[in-house]
Amino acid sequence: MELAIFLIFGALAVVSALVVVLHRDPVKSTLSLVVTLFATAVLFLLLGAPFIGVLQVLVYTGAIVVLFLFVVMLLNLQREARSEGGGRLQRIFAILAAAAFAAMTGLTVWRWTTGADLGALDEGFVSLNALAAELFDRFLLPFEIIGLLLLVAVVAAYVLAKRPDPSSGADPGADSSTEATR
Amino acid sequence: MSVQTIAMLVKLGAFLGILLTTIPVMVWVERRGGAMMQDRPGPNRLGPLGLFQPLADAGKFIFKEDILPSEADRFLYLLAPVLALIPAFSTYVVIPLGPTIEIQGEQVPMMVAPAETGVLLFLALASLGVYSLVVAGWASNNKYSLLGSIRASAQMISYELALTLSVVAVLLPVGSFRLDRVVEYQVDGVWNIIPQCIGFLVFLVAAFAETNRLPFDLPEAESELVAGYHTEYSAMRFACFFMGEYAAMTVLSALAATLYLGGWHLPGVDFASMGILGVVLGAAVLIAKVACFLFFFVWVRWSFPRFRFDQLMAIGWKGLLPLSIINLIWVAAASLAGWL
Repeated sequence: MELAIFLIFGALAVVSALVVVLHRDPVKSTLSLVVTLFATAVLFLLLGAPFIGVLQVLVYTGAIVVLFLFVVMLLNLQREARSEGGGRLQRIFAILAAAAFAAMTGLTVWRWTTGADLGALDEGFVSLNALAAELFDRFLLPFEIIGLLLLVAVVAAYVLAKRPDPSSGADPGADSSTEATR
Repeated sequence: MSVQTIAMLVKLGAFLGILLTTIPVMVWVERRGGAMMQDRPGPNRLGPLGLFQPLADAGKFIFKEDILPSEADRFLYLLAPVLALIPAFSTYVVIPLGPTIEIQGEQVPMMVAPAETGVLLFLALASLGVYSLVVAGWASNNKYSLLGSIRASAQMISYELALTLSVVAVLLPVGSFRLDRVVEYQVDGVWNIIPQCIGFLVFLVAAFAETNRLPFDLPEAESELVAGYHTEYSAMRFACFFMGEYAAMTVLSALAATLYLGGWHLPGVDFASMGILGVVLGAAVLIAKVACFLFFFVWVRWSFPRFRFDQLMAIGWKGLLPLSIINLIWVAAASLAGWL
């Protein structure tokens, strides 16, 4: 039963992830991303981490991808023309990412063949209480720094998106930064 | 079969039965209630008080022509109505219908999925509801539908924040995501509506926006967008959106009753010690509370005009979100001081 669910949702995750990358229609790419994230959430449930799985659906599937879709539909993007190769930098990063992925897969297979325990995570690691204790005790400082970083990003997005107001000009700081981005 | 398996099947059947009965009843309440509020007779030809009108409506939906627009995206167009039903018919699994009882020495909780993630699971599944609207509008290849979809995606995200924050405030003193724990907490103390009246208000307003009911039905706004995201849909596919909306209203009402009005609890009556009878009576109490909420939905729909989209965003971000944060801070301070 567990194996069947794993196979179905694992395959679904892989196929929909391929559709995200390969489909030329941005809306359909985004919708496939929804399927990928949902299938990964089910895999989290199978691994014995229901909280992470539910959060994945709540935050990524239910909120962030909706915003992606909102932007894609608002901009009314057309079907993407097939580009040949892409930039040089893009190729370097693609090779690096592929190498990292291959290394991690190889490491997992190697650990599996040498008999390491790769079973479900134990309760002490994934339960709500343990997760909260780790997050707000051991990792409190990084957690707060990430919060600050997100706040800075929100303010930056606001400054970038703010229309310059020709009548007032009372805020030279905001004006100069909008000028700089052009 | 074990006791738990049989109990599970009975619970599933009970919930589905309740949910599927609510939809035709709600169609009647909506039409007759709206007529009452506008001082006109409403549908009164079929059966006593027009009670068989939903049957006639269903027959009409089944036999009408099913139209597929020629330029529509076939796969997504056919998928969207199904997506509308999934969140509404899956979220009820975490709502307790009655007190946990003991059958043959086993503890049987009266919810379909007694998962530790409880109300988070509800919110996660409910947050998928926006996709049916977005996919429907985009696949129809119609500018009014597309505008409805764009509105829906912005609206649902904005109001989900306030809704979730008000739910968090309820969970804080309870210390668990499980809704049966939330009800037990209220059985021992007072109903959450008393210490958290601000949170209740925020939840209620956000619930209207989440279910796209007037005064927040901007995604279908018939005066500007024809019928918004479901303009192109007809027959049973349209009925799916319709059923999804009523089912979503029902489960969200059940969640509101469980979070703020004590769920199956009635002050002064000890359902937990009555066994199976207690579950049946508790379920009846919960259904009565849900019915009050559903009537309130109808009442508001026929009483208030629709908001403009900028007003909708202002209410969500400048009104409800700060209010829900104030409520959260108050509840956190009160539970730290030991008052809650």
